[in-house]
Formats: sequence, C-alpha cells, structure tokens
Amino acid sequence: MPKIRYIESNGTSHTLEVPNGITVMEGAVQNNIPGIDADCGGGMACATCHVYVKDEWFDKLPKKEDGEEDMIDMAFEPKKNSRLSCQLLVTDELDGLVVNIPSKQG
Amino acid sequence: MNKIDALIIGAGPTGLFTAHQLKLIGLNCEIVDNLDKIGGQCIELYPDKPIYDIPAVPECTGEELTNNLINQLKPFDIKFHLNERVDEVKKDKSNWFVKTSQGKEFLTPNVIIAGGVGSFEPRKFSPKECEKFENKSLFYSVKDKKIFEGKTVTIFGGGDSALDWVVELSKKSAINLVHRRDEFRGAKATVNKINELKKLGKIKLFTKYQLSNVNGIKNLESIDIKHDDGKVENLKTDFVLGFFGLIMQLGPIADWGLNIDRKTISVDTEKFETNQKGIYAVGDICTYPGKLKLILSGFHEGALAARACFKLARPNEKYRFEFTTTSSNLLKRLGKKE
Repeated sequence: MPKIRYIESNGTSHTLEVPNGITVMEGAVQNNIPGIDADCGGGMACATCHVYVKDEWFDKLPKKEDGEEDMIDMAFEPKKNSRLSCQLLVTDELDGLVVNIPSKQG
Repeated sequence: MNKIDALIIGAGPTGLFTAHQLKLIGLNCEIVDNLDKIGGQCIELYPDKPIYDIPAVPECTGEELTNNLINQLKPFDIKFHLNERVDEVKKDKSNWFVKTSQGKEFLTPNVIIAGGVGSFEPRKFSPKECEKFENKSLFYSVKDKKIFEGKTVTIFGGGDSALDWVVELSKKSAINLVHRRDEFRGAKATVNKINELKKLGKIKLFTKYQLSNVNGIKNLESIDIKHDDGKVENLKTDFVLGFFGLIMQLGPIADWGLNIDRKTISVDTEKFETNQKGIYAVGDICTYPGKLKLILSGFHEGALAARACFKLARPNEKYRFEFTTTSSNLLKRLGKKE
C-alpha cells in the first residue's frame, strides 16, 4: 500500500498507508489528521483540503484539472506548490508522497 | 418575539424540505440563514455543477435543485430571515429562546439545525494586522460604494466579485488590482474589460502578488504586496477590498451545549434529536452510525425530525400519518382542495 506523509504546520509528521483509489484528502480525513477540513466532501468546491506538495513531487503528480487552480485562488496562503488534496488520487506511483498542511484552511 | 412551532437554521436543500414537511403536517416554521440567498451550499458552492443522485431527478444543477425545492414550498407561507445568523439558543422553560445577529427573537419548542458545515463567512486576508482595519478601511464586501469616491482602492482576487468591483469602482476611484497569478477566473467579458482599463491606464494591475502586510497607526496608510519571486512592493492606498469567496464556520452552534465531534452534531436516528430535547440536527451537520452526507439523507432526516417536532408543538394532539395522494387534510394544506 502506498505510504503518504502528512506534515502538520507545527511539524508533526504522520506517515500513513493509504489504499489505492481513494484521495490524499480521504486518507487524511479517515485517519483524523488535523488541518485538512474538506468541508465540501471532495467536490473541488471549497479549498479547505489545501496542501503544499514537496517540490520534487509536484511535477510527478497528475496535472490540475480545470477549476482546481480557480479554487486555489481562494485557499489560505496559496503557493506555487499548492494542490487540493481531494484531487490527488492515490496510486502506487504516489508511494512516498509528502504533503505539508497549511496552518489553517480559511 | 415570534412564537412559532419550529425554527429551522439553514436554507439549504435539507432545511427547505424540512420546512415542507413541517408545513405539510400542520406546523408553522420560519427559516434563518446567514447567506443573502436561499439554497445553502448548492447555491453558494456549486450552482452550475450537475448533481446525479437525487432520487427521480436524473440530473440537475445546484441552482435547479434549489429552485425546485422553493417551488415545492409555494403552497406554504414560509418566512425567511436571510443575512442573519443565529447567535443564541437558550432554554426558556419548555421552549427555546433564539436570537439572531440582527436582534430578532423567537420562542419555539423546536429548533432544527440544518446548517451544513456551518454558516458561510468571507475568507479573510492572512496577515493578522488586517483585523485592526476590518470594516473601517478593509472590507470583504461592499455595502456603500460612495465611500470609495475619489480615493485609492486596492482590490484583491481573481473571480467575478473582484473584477466586477474593479470595473465599477474604476469609474470614480483609483484602482489597484492584485491577484496571485496571471489568469483570472472571472467571466471572459469582464476579464477583457479589465485588460482594456489597464491599457487605458485607468487601473494598475499587479499579478503574482499577495498581501504581505498592512501599514498605518490609526488609519490605513499603505500595504505591502509580495511577488512570487520574493520582491516586496509598497502601495499607498486608502482602502483594501478582498474577494476570496466564502468559507463555512461552525460559529456559535459550538456554544449551545450540543455533542459536537469534528464539526458534526451527534443525533439519534429516530427523531434526529441532539442531546438537547427539542433541538434536532439534520443534513450534513448531523452524524450517527452509517451517516451518508447525501442530499437524499437530509430529506429523510428532515421528514423524521418534523414528526418529532409535532409532539412538542402540539402536546395535546395525536399525530396521524397520512399520504398526500389521499389525505384531504394534506391536500387542503397544499392548496389542492377547498
């Protein structure tokens, strides 16, 4: 099972085995990782599952779909390496992915 | 003071259908919502996105669903209190005393929370110092555009709200538009207009910049904006407007003595009642074993909570289950029979 590392803004790190086929957001929510709210439940409609992806991973991820960048405009402190974790589907290729969680979601 | 049978908090799909069910069984109710329009998340977050899992409705958008629910309420006279947040819910003998942000007061045996993920509030700038100027020279919505006349206004955001206000206010104010990237997500015609205004020198455009600081002791004097590459620029400005959409906040609900776990309220699955007698939670905001956050679940939960309300609102009457196809009582309420 792919391992994903979630790092909270205070530095606390959680490495989880997340099954293929669910999203990075769902992996966090199902395991009670603080800081990923996902208010809209994965509909790319709220930007409260915003994460920063480690640079070396950013280019390896599937490209953003239409609308994701628009939602990131609304996120708290967006950066170049911002993604919405509800749009990152876990596959074997994502094994070892590291995401940083912003200090808040809104 | 309004004395009513039930007060619904939240005018999303679940709140609307719950109102339908209350009225159908002969109870009166009113609805409070913090948004300026009816529809909740459906209208605020995904008015144009199609939904495919409403029973018997193969496909509809959030806006269509909302309009259909409003149509379904047509036979009934339901009072909406929009732009108001419920701030206080207090026990008053066998009733609940409820007070809104606009000071409206209700006395009711039943409060149904259909609050989704909480009330919608504007997303704010991240620098903490912004709070100092909020509602004085820094705003997240425009209430009176006259105050900007002849002044310098710096507008942040890339969507329709930001761009529409740039176009409008540029007629009588000096405008800076600041956005975190080169593309704007607003309507194409508005984006073209923005580019035109820029060419004509009517507005100044700063892209790939975000707000890093606000300066001023008593009054706002200037702001610092930071480019993606780290460069900081200082802008003299009288006003700052931020348009980053809305975010849902649980808000005062957290203070009403309810069992809350991870922004959801625990309920039973018979009446959808919380740990407080006469306070129910339905739709996305409630939780119980097996809870599905689907609109159809909200409809079911609202229908059952409405029946539970009957007991408290009409303690001396017995609730009798009836079908809309055959009951003359229900058909009368629906306006289908004299």
